[in-house]
Amino acid sequence: MSWEVVIGLEIHAQLKTNSKLFCHCSAAFGDTPNTNICPVCTAMPGVLPVLNKKVVDSAIKLGLATNCKINSINEFSRKNYFYPDSPKAYQISQFDKPICLAGYLNIMVNNELRRIDITRIHMEEDAGKLVHQGSDNISGATHSLVDLNRCSVPLLEIVSEPVIRSATEARLYMEKMRQIIRYLDIGDGNMEEGSLRCDANVSIRKRGDIKLGTKTEVKNLNSFKSVEKAINLEIDRQIDILEDGGTIIQETRHYNEATASTTSLRSKEEAHDYRYFPDPDLVPIVIDELWIETIRKELPELPEAIQKRFVNDYNLPTDHSVRLTSIKKLAEDFENAYKNRKNENITPLETANVALKYYDYFLSNNLDFSKSNHASFQIGGLTFLVNTSTVSSSTITSILPDIVNTNYDPIEYVKEKGLAQVSDTGELKSIIQDVIKENPGPAEEIKSGKMQTIGFMMGQIMQKTKGKANPGLANKMLKELLGIS
Amino acid sequence: MIHLNAHELFNKIKNKEVSALELTNAFITHSKKTNAVLNSYNLITEEIAINTANRVDKKIATGEKLEIFEGVPIAIKDNICIEDIETTCSSKILEGFKPPYNATIIEKLNAMNMPIIGKTNMDEFAMGSSTETSFYGVSKNPWDISTVPGGSSGGSAVAVASGQAPLSIGSDTGGSIRQPASFCGIVGVKPTYGRISRYGLMAFASSLDQIGPFSKTVEDSAHLLNILCGYDFRDSTSQNVKAEDFTRDLNRSIKGIKVAIPKELYNSSLSKEVKDYYDQLINKLSNEGIIFEEIELPSLKYALSTYYIIAPAEASSNLSRYDGVRYGYRSENANSLIEMMTKSRSEGFGDEVKRRILIGNYVLSSGYYDAYYKKAQQVRTLIKEDYKKAFETYDVILSPTTPTPAFKPGEKTANPLEMYLNDIMTIPVNLAGLPAISIPCGMVNNLPMGLQLTGNVFEESKLLGISNQLEKILCFKLNNSFIEGVL
Repeated sequence: MSWEVVIGLEIHAQLKTNSKLFCHCSAAFGDTPNTNICPVCTAMPGVLPVLNKKVVDSAIKLGLATNCKINSINEFSRKNYFYPDSPKAYQISQFDKPICLAGYLNIMVNNELRRIDITRIHMEEDAGKLVHQGSDNISGATHSLVDLNRCSVPLLEIVSEPVIRSATEARLYMEKMRQIIRYLDIGDGNMEEGSLRCDANVSIRKRGDIKLGTKTEVKNLNSFKSVEKAINLEIDRQIDILEDGGTIIQETRHYNEATASTTSLRSKEEAHDYRYFPDPDLVPIVIDELWIETIRKELPELPEAIQKRFVNDYNLPTDHSVRLTSIKKLAEDFENAYKNRKNENITPLETANVALKYYDYFLSNNLDFSKSNHASFQIGGLTFLVNTSTVSSSTITSILPDIVNTNYDPIEYVKEKGLAQVSDTGELKSIIQDVIKENPGPAEEIKSGKMQTIGFMMGQIMQKTKGKANPGLANKMLKELLGIS
Repeated sequence: MIHLNAHELFNKIKNKEVSALELTNAFITHSKKTNAVLNSYNLITEEIAINTANRVDKKIATGEKLEIFEGVPIAIKDNICIEDIETTCSSKILEGFKPPYNATIIEKLNAMNMPIIGKTNMDEFAMGSSTETSFYGVSKNPWDISTVPGGSSGGSAVAVASGQAPLSIGSDTGGSIRQPASFCGIVGVKPTYGRISRYGLMAFASSLDQIGPFSKTVEDSAHLLNILCGYDFRDSTSQNVKAEDFTRDLNRSIKGIKVAIPKELYNSSLSKEVKDYYDQLINKLSNEGIIFEEIELPSLKYALSTYYIIAPAEASSNLSRYDGVRYGYRSENANSLIEMMTKSRSEGFGDEVKRRILIGNYVLSSGYYDAYYKKAQQVRTLIKEDYKKAFETYDVILSPTTPTPAFKPGEKTANPLEMYLNDIMTIPVNLAGLPAISIPCGMVNNLPMGLQLTGNVFEESKLLGISNQLEKILCFKLNNSFIEGVL
């Protein structure tokens, strides 16, 4: 039987504001437990929340970047539930009046454009953290410690429509969302640290059916890999059940990365009644056109627009422009590198190739590209070296380890280390003549038409020049000296 | 001296007839002596009171000018946070709890160097009309210690009525300042919602709670309001209105003012005795050139039901933080997290609080929300509109503050609905967010009764002006010898 997969994602993006959603405490990650707390975020009796306007700005930013409608009347509601990581015993969230509605994001799946619709984006506060002692979970623990540093750190919850059709699509959509959050500079988008989280609602139905199947909610997806893996596991589990004639139970399932399996957390019957109602301690926020337009003006150029521009303005292949815009800094470093040296006749494509090589070096060595302050300058210098044939592109790869994360000028570096290609025809000529003299046999072979031997002779030349011979030039001169050109 | 009003006491300090320390000590001594009978205080804060008094005396010694009410002692309801001072809401669940911060109004009173004499008894979490729900036992009405002082701010009313403090602070969610003021024969004001910061007031029902003063005279309340009011960025519902001097209209003539009497509050719910009393009172005031007209505020008949949906709903959520995890009472008999929370709350809260939490959770449950909470909010809007219309024609709205004078403990505890009915006059005002005052107007059955005046939003000055003139006409005097005789 042919099954259709239906997935909706609820993404939680932590915002990197200086202070928390409703108090002045620092929203920083990783500080000593219970140091960023105050009477308000620990819910002392009598305290009141005061909204951090920066969070509204961030929400509007993301809403505009994901083609949402921004609601003019915004209201916060209380979501009531008891748990030690929630000191008020309610979470201040948005319920029926979220800040953003009805947007979408485009993703590329197998070279095809797919539109993922976004139902809503709303603002809410994060919970604190429980550290269970003597066990991984609360039921087996001797006791549990509560860290309220994270309590009331601002979050945006982004809810997609159930239009995602595969685990891969889910991962790509999630990656795209992270890319935009990072471009907007409103969040870290770091799944491992928990600043980007997601729950997946998964169901399947017979292809052609209109009615949705019973869904399950999969939680604890802490990396892009687990998003894909867990959803695929859940799809397989549901198909197995239905094909065996069983029925899917509506429930919440917990993904365990170590065992690569999901287990039931609670069924629909055990679900909370959160008793939402508008928070009487907060007044509705009115977002007028002026506010929206002010934010719109602050929006950076987004990846899709930059990609188009790179293709149109610089004639870059789509693949290059997509890779260059994967993060904002790389796109900027590429463009600055090119602009700073375009008078020296370097081409956008050369610059793009060097920039990608440069960035790949950071990726494959797990280095933090965001801290690479001299990237644009060095990419420009390296492109110049390639363009002028001062070094070969393989030389670039070998000098990157020495220069990244330093303020070395690559041009100076190559000079200092004597890495410039030997392009001096006089010097090259005498070297090639020596090689011919030392290898009379192979020389004769080439003369008699055995062209494969040129490779051997080039090897000898490179050995003598310690790899610095300009390969094109050396090849040409060798042929001339052997009288075969 | 302890029976003088705040203004008179302030003048005595200013004129160096008495030092702030002597005055504070006099009130502390009297409070300690009488508290055994009246049970008006949960805690007497002698040390901080004396420290503040000393600051005032130092100021006097260096010739600095005093601002009004510097050195005048004040008692604070036990639901307002004072840093490092036990604040319990008269609940077992907060026994021993010391807040790590000061409420905004405490900062203001400290800045004004007003010695804080103590924390006053109240109904548990301000839920009640008699102080009978207090974990620390009922307070006694100094006019007749066999009756209740009203509630929930009963202790604060008793403190002023019995000379334990010339001024006190209460909170009013459905009448919790005005009703005990009426029962105890003193002045109590509930300002417009948003006038006084709620930051540091332990929440009962956030959209209804408002802090306000008790005093012996309208003038004293006006001066105290000048100290308490003002925008506070820490309270998002605090209103950013221009500061004004609430004493400005105190001497304005009230000849020709138009006063509305809503039928819905002046009807069969009053006993014949009480009705006759107020009829005669209104007659007397009509002779002073005040124009009385009966009006209809049709939505008011739904006020009580509306209140008993909205207030418990908000309370059920506000009181969820008392879970035994971080502070307050934690049950010793628990073996799991759920048990710890459940037992701490079951053992820590009293019956009335539990009743309201249950009602609140019920009306907010999915499936019932629209029928109850949402509908109640809609009725609330109608009530506001009814009042708004009335204030297009009338200066103030008048009614008795309570349907009866003070009752006896136990009289109404068996039937919670009957207790709730006691607040029928005061509740609509909170739903509409309006300012209202109760001033003593006379005696029924040898117990004081109050007159409630309700003003338009932010028209406290006008309300206080009219009240001050009425106070002069009514000539009500606290019977101090009577009170001391009782003790």
